Amino acid sequence: MTDATPSTQNGPMLSADGTPLKKSLQIALRRQKIRALMLIAPLLLFVLISFIAPIADMLFRSVENEIVSETLPRTVIALEDWGYDDGKAAPPGEDVYAALYVDLSEAEELKVHTRLGSRLNYETTGMSSLFRKTGRGVGRMDTDIYADQFIALDPRWEDPAAWIALMDAPGISEVLPETASAWSSWQRILVSKNDDIAEEQPEDFLYPMLFRDLVRHPADRVAAYDGPNADMLAAARAAVDGFEAVSLEEQFIDIDKDWASPEIWGTIKAFSSPYTAGYFLSSVDLKLTPAGIEEQPESQQIYMLLFGRTLFMSMVIMGSCILLGYPIAYLLSNLPLRTSNLLLILVLLPFWTSLLVRTSAWKVLLQQQGVINDILVWLGLVADGDRLVMINNQFGTIVAMTHILLPFMILPLYSVMKTIPPSYVRAAKSLGATDWTAFWRVYFPQSVPGIGAGSILVFILSIGYYITPELVGGTTGTFISNRIAYHISSSLNWGLAAALGTILLAVVLVLYWVYDRIVGIDNVSLG
Amino acid sequence: MVSTNTDDGFVVFDGVQKSYDGENLVVKDLNLSIAKGEFLTMLGPSGSGKTTCLMMLAGFETATNGAIRLGGKEINNIPPHKRGIGMVFQNYALFPHMTVAENLSFPLEVRKIGKAERETKVRRALDMVQMGEFGGRRPAQLSGGQQQRIALARALVFEAELVLMDEPLGALDKQLREHMQFEIKHIADNLGITVVYVTHDQTEALTMSDRVAVFQDGRIQQLAPPDELYEEPQNSFVAQFIGENNTLMGKIEKIDADSALVRLDNGDLIDTVPVNVDKVGDRTLVSIRPERVEFNRERLLPDAHTLKAEVLEFIYMGDIYRTRLRVAGTDDFIVKTRNAPDQRRLKPGETIEIGWRPQDCRALDA
Repeated sequence: MTDATPSTQNGPMLSADGTPLKKSLQIALRRQKIRALMLIAPLLLFVLISFIAPIADMLFRSVENEIVSETLPRTVIALEDWGYDDGKAAPPGEDVYAALYVDLSEAEELKVHTRLGSRLNYETTGMSSLFRKTGRGVGRMDTDIYADQFIALDPRWEDPAAWIALMDAPGISEVLPETASAWSSWQRILVSKNDDIAEEQPEDFLYPMLFRDLVRHPADRVAAYDGPNADMLAAARAAVDGFEAVSLEEQFIDIDKDWASPEIWGTIKAFSSPYTAGYFLSSVDLKLTPAGIEEQPESQQIYMLLFGRTLFMSMVIMGSCILLGYPIAYLLSNLPLRTSNLLLILVLLPFWTSLLVRTSAWKVLLQQQGVINDILVWLGLVADGDRLVMINNQFGTIVAMTHILLPFMILPLYSVMKTIPPSYVRAAKSLGATDWTAFWRVYFPQSVPGIGAGSILVFILSIGYYITPELVGGTTGTFISNRIAYHISSSLNWGLAAALGTILLAVVLVLYWVYDRIVGIDNVSLG
Repeated sequence: MVSTNTDDGFVVFDGVQKSYDGENLVVKDLNLSIAKGEFLTMLGPSGSGKTTCLMMLAGFETATNGAIRLGGKEINNIPPHKRGIGMVFQNYALFPHMTVAENLSFPLEVRKIGKAERETKVRRALDMVQMGEFGGRRPAQLSGGQQQRIALARALVFEAELVLMDEPLGALDKQLREHMQFEIKHIADNLGITVVYVTHDQTEALTMSDRVAVFQDGRIQQLAPPDELYEEPQNSFVAQFIGENNTLMGKIEKIDADSALVRLDNGDLIDTVPVNVDKVGDRTLVSIRPERVEFNRERLLPDAHTLKAEVLEFIYMGDIYRTRLRVAGTDDFIVKTRNAPDQRRLKPGETIEIGWRPQDCRALDA
């Protein structure tokens, strides 16, 4: 490499062939990096696809709220000008009811109005039944008189072909905006039913929209239209002023008088945007109401309590694990290898039994007719009448979870203690320290990384624990995770479950950060 | 068995025995008296019981039998932290979570010494090992030699009169080790402290000690100053363990108080000094140091017995020549000669006559 002389001028160092040294180093390293990436690629892809992506999607549900604006697109737009005004507002005008009429007609045909009802029912009770009831009633409204009157005027109004010709004409959406909009709904309905539009008689809800369009426009505007069936339209325009009209507002209120309530409209309006903070507000015992953000009524405030309880109990479990695990780990690390390996198997034994078995065993032990109570009664320490309640409460959860999570504390402690040479304590003693001083000033500080690792493990595991609190927690010993599971599988309020899960994740990350600031994450050692 | 006066020493082991399992004795009847200010080294192969003795003295192991006395007081039942013995460990055992100054301050703090006095003493101890400016560092930021100095300073900072050292230089490279040997020796001499030093490195033992106790199989094989130990080993184990050594096997042909005639297995006769052989016909192991072998006929006594030797290998080692010979049937008889201007270099294949002064050739137990 005699020609690899470093350049004498101030430029970058050059390699033998004249390319800058940094660049050739990068090229050399890039190949290694690509190789490394290729090696982890299968696992990375697997994790991304099967793990990260579903979790991200699930968490995204905590803010997603497109169901309202997708199911009631016209209503949402028509409601824009309406204000809730602290519940004193009058119900919105006929335009909103007309928009709701078309939206609901389509939703009912597509069978999506009940889903919307369930969604809005999370926010205001009664919404679910209101939508179900209205879905049944919307086809039976008195709006068929419009169809009758149009058909009586010109039978072509009954003919799908005439409608198609009219609605396909360019510029028709300016002349008949609401009708065109309703027509697109009609098309979607037929597509969903696999029907041919040319053979199906137009649905009733088209005619009220046609009526509204024609009544609103002056005659000359309709006359400006010169596409197919212009004569039919002109004749209809001339006749509509004499038509018998039906108020859609009254029709809705007939079905359910809740449709006159500003609460209902306020709720729809409050949740009309495609993204909402509503789930997160619910997660912290607040509520997005038409009037703004309010506290939940006291009887329904449970989530802050559950978060608080989860954190508190996780701390207690972590503390019990430290207290119980430290002496065991100390003993294990100071015994000869043969003995300590045998004892380590005993520590690991719980891992080889099913979690359910272990939890159920605690049920057997702790219940009021259980082994411990029986012994206490037999010893005469407790009267048969007032046996101790040790299960289905916080005590039971803490006992069972401490037992289950103890290995996660012992193992990191053991592996850290194993690396502390006995000569440190001997040195401390030879320097004049008593047994306690030698332990506290010399041994304990060096075992802190093990305590840190064990605490993080136990705390993070317990904060998201589900099965054990579910089985032995009763009502006072359950965790936030049990509530999340309830919303996932029973109430099907996935948005709220996602919001609770997101908050839990955030809390863990914040605690992790705090831990890093106080203890230092580089002080954590798994051995 | 070496018997010593066990009454007036500063440190006294009196009939000490140690067993871990109740079946085998690791230390068998140890009697040893160490004078105040003495530098005594316990030397021996691993498993010879030397470290166990040190640990019993420090208080980390209890003697199964016998008494250990320090300054006339029996310390068998005194816990280690009350013995006031400084100790330097093999891996230094500097507390990794404390700075150097905190490490040194630790023994003073547990003795409830005031802050100002602590600082003065720590400073003085650091200066003594020439580490004055390292007080704020962590042990992990120091080199092996520096850690060694700190460990030494920590063992000395509380003014212990007795300091134990358990192979303190084992982890250092050769050059640093040799340097530290002198430094430890000088500090010990200057402070007048008593040092019990454990090592398996015989050079270290010879260099540093006032006396060396050679351990083997739970017993002291020989307790003597370094020169005596090297030149007058009392048995074959000591002769072979300390320094390089040529051995020849034979039988006593004739014996009196200060000389013995040995007939080697190939029939040759040689002059020896009897050490622990006592009658004609005994098997004996004859030991001769390589540097005491002479092949220049003029320098030998006129009536000395000589042996025929064939030169097998000549190795040039700078300050010395090392020549391997075949003598009396063994192929690994070594002769060391100084690299001097008039020194002859032997050539492989050459046949020469070798001999020695009778007092350099010791007839030991076989």
